[in-house]
Amino acid sequence: MAEAPQQQQEEEEEEEQPSSVEETEADEESEEEAKESVHTTPPRPLLSMRSMSTVDPDDDSPNMIVYRKIEDIVTLIQDEEEGVPIRTVKSFMTKIPSVVTGTDIVQWLMKNLAIEDPAEAMHIGSLIAAQGYFFPISDHVLSLKDDGTFYRFQAPYFWPSNCWEPENTDYAIYLCKRTMQNKTRLELADYEAENLARLQRAFARKWEFIYMQAEAQVKIDRKKDKTERKILDSQERAFWDVHRPVPGCVNTTEMDIRKCRRMKNPHRVKKSVYGLVEEGTQSQSPILTPSHHCRKGTKEDVEKEILFLNTQIDRHRMKMSKVAESLISYTDQYMDYDQFVTAQEPANPWNSDDPSLWELEASKEPSQQRVKKWGFSLEEALKDPAGQELFLKFLESEFSSENLRFWLAVQDMKRRPQQDVAQRAEDIWAEFLAEGAPSSINLDSHSYERTSQNLKDPGRYSYEDAQDHIYKLMKSDSYTRFLRSNVYQDLLMAKKKPETEQGRRTSLEKFTRSVGKSLTGKRLTGLMQSS
Amino acid sequence: MAAEKAEIDALKKECDGLRTQIEAARKAVNDGNMSSAAGSATDVGRVQLKLRKSLKGHLAKIYSMHWSSDSRSMVSASQDGKLLVWDTHTGNKLVAVPLKSAWVMSVAFAPSGNLVASGGLDNMCTVYNIKAASPKTLRELDAHTGYLSCCRFLSDNEILTASGDTTCCLWDLETGKQKIIFTNHIGDCMSLALSNDENTFVSGACDSLAKLWDLREGTCKQTFSGHTSDINAIQFFPNGNAFVTGSDDCSCKMYDLRSDQEVITYQDASLNAGVTSLTLSNSGRLIFAGYDDFNCHIWDSLKGEKVGVLSGHDNRVSCTGVPADGMGVCTGSWDSFLKLWN
Repeated sequence: MAEAPQQQQEEEEEEEQPSSVEETEADEESEEEAKESVHTTPPRPLLSMRSMSTVDPDDDSPNMIVYRKIEDIVTLIQDEEEGVPIRTVKSFMTKIPSVVTGTDIVQWLMKNLAIEDPAEAMHIGSLIAAQGYFFPISDHVLSLKDDGTFYRFQAPYFWPSNCWEPENTDYAIYLCKRTMQNKTRLELADYEAENLARLQRAFARKWEFIYMQAEAQVKIDRKKDKTERKILDSQERAFWDVHRPVPGCVNTTEMDIRKCRRMKNPHRVKKSVYGLVEEGTQSQSPILTPSHHCRKGTKEDVEKEILFLNTQIDRHRMKMSKVAESLISYTDQYMDYDQFVTAQEPANPWNSDDPSLWELEASKEPSQQRVKKWGFSLEEALKDPAGQELFLKFLESEFSSENLRFWLAVQDMKRRPQQDVAQRAEDIWAEFLAEGAPSSINLDSHSYERTSQNLKDPGRYSYEDAQDHIYKLMKSDSYTRFLRSNVYQDLLMAKKKPETEQGRRTSLEKFTRSVGKSLTGKRLTGLMQSS
Repeated sequence: MAAEKAEIDALKKECDGLRTQIEAARKAVNDGNMSSAAGSATDVGRVQLKLRKSLKGHLAKIYSMHWSSDSRSMVSASQDGKLLVWDTHTGNKLVAVPLKSAWVMSVAFAPSGNLVASGGLDNMCTVYNIKAASPKTLRELDAHTGYLSCCRFLSDNEILTASGDTTCCLWDLETGKQKIIFTNHIGDCMSLALSNDENTFVSGACDSLAKLWDLREGTCKQTFSGHTSDINAIQFFPNGNAFVTGSDDCSCKMYDLRSDQEVITYQDASLNAGVTSLTLSNSGRLIFAGYDDFNCHIWDSLKGEKVGVLSGHDNRVSCTGVPADGMGVCTGSWDSFLKLWN
């Protein structure tokens, strides 16, 4: 199995933090190219001896980098001097060749990779096993246990870095072969029997061919030494455990199905495990549709692009320094409400098992924090049902609620089913905009014209202009008065916890200042984007 | 033939000329660096989150998850052919929706909480009523010619979808018909995000571009470039004026709509894995990005630094989400588990 390595010094793998396992292992991907970064590949720590890895050292696709690291570890762990004790174990009536216990592996990992926590060593070991570099001899589930379970190392022929993509024909041959060999240790597991039955149905027409191939494989196997066969059989099985895992196990070789069709990976080797010559039909998932045509640039496309680009040339672009400023002030303002940065009150329901926060959020009795947020922007006030209610009440007291009611009515109309929209649009016109309307709103003549035009063919967006205009009006006029109003200020202050005279005054100052700041500061209200 | 080619070449040259002008205009306003400006922002320090819950129930890879607007329920989709609706507080499964096609790639919760939608390799978006006694299929939206990569409800009456056929589409759920088809991307659309006011949305695609669309006009308003590979994930920054993308090129980027360009890139020499998913904390300060390296890394969105990591999954992190109340973050993985952290 392991080559006889030269003497070497022991080197540590890169540092692992004891509490968080920073894994960089990845599934086999499709056409990922390594990003063109300037980073230097960290020196290969275990490589003063010759590694069994055949991964090209200049290959820096993510999977290959990881396979190389694993293979360096796997080489060292099998070293006669520095590795784990791999030996033949005498069992009742038989000998089990070339095995090592889980505990030995865990201990070795802890020692050689500077891991303090055995659980972490088991985790890394399980991840390496899941990729198929070593396996339990009596189980299909590829994980590492810290006990006397026997493990064996995988033959380099079967290593994932060879980019195997075994076809179902190969798998069928394998399962078929197993049933021919008449050994209890080779009996099919339930899921394998099911797989075989499924494959027989799928390959009904070429089953004779598959059967013959299986027979040929059996013949070849018989020629081998008994002990060697035991080892090879188990390695072959472990290979299939990676590529056709037990149900319930994660398949480490599967790729994101969305990227499958566009694979351009140069590593993909379409060779058969059993040396079959490629036939016409490849086993592809029946659900994968053939890739749609790639949209090439026709003359029309380019013309459309030119039109689009022309609209973009003269657009107004905000200075980056201003953008940075607004992002910073936004996050600073909202960080008090960000549970990841500031502890919230009442306690987070996930931590304390106490749902009172949710109940509070849903209640009509808002907390002081919540009331404060209404002062950030009109959007925030309207987003909160309690805020919206209070604002409406305030407007009613001023006999100017028709603007908000109009805005809300349009919002509601936009969410209605299509069939109701036309009627609602008419109703809104009658209520707010028609001659002598009961809740007449004040629209500029331009918006009024546009809107009445739109209503000839009423739709969800007929009132966009009007809504926009009214929103801006509310923001600049009624909203600012609302924030200064008694009804809002009382609510803002009434919920304060009792403090000393001194404390109360300072807090009051702070609140008035912050409310004032939010009114005058450059702040993003975001509801109506300026383009 | 030659004349036509010459014509196209001339047009392409015009295109290039315009692009150069636009780049120059963008450069002209690029008068500052976000991460250095962020020196004045409050420090967030190291973000260390604890695992609060591990939701077990799926039997295969989880591809997608979405929070309900009540911040308590959540729906997840797995290639075991099921959608599961969870009560995240108790960890109980509330509803199980069996799918006709197990190759699901995306799931969404309607803001009302009455409906969920899912779709994938079947090229369809199926909408289910989960408030009925047993989940009932409401609509099968069948018009895309490519896989369904993402879907988002505007209301119980409208839904937006993104597809591998390079288009996004707005559907009317009453009739089950397409209302607007958004065509402009030249690669599979992988993800979309709705703005707060639901007037616009952004999409990310395999052509490495992000685009802003107007829902009312049905047109592409802005295009953002910078990534060098597929954009897999996209989310709006809570102020509605910026958005963040995650890509196979192993980086995330923030783009601002008003300055019409990239603001900052989030990348690290040690991160060699593609970004599969991302979500932001409710102040926008933190970005939780799921990577192929089985971790979810946490970024300071203003300073562009890594401030934490969520390790615990045994396979790729395929989806992440922060609920509306911002009380935690959920990660879903190909290892079939969903984990809640805060």
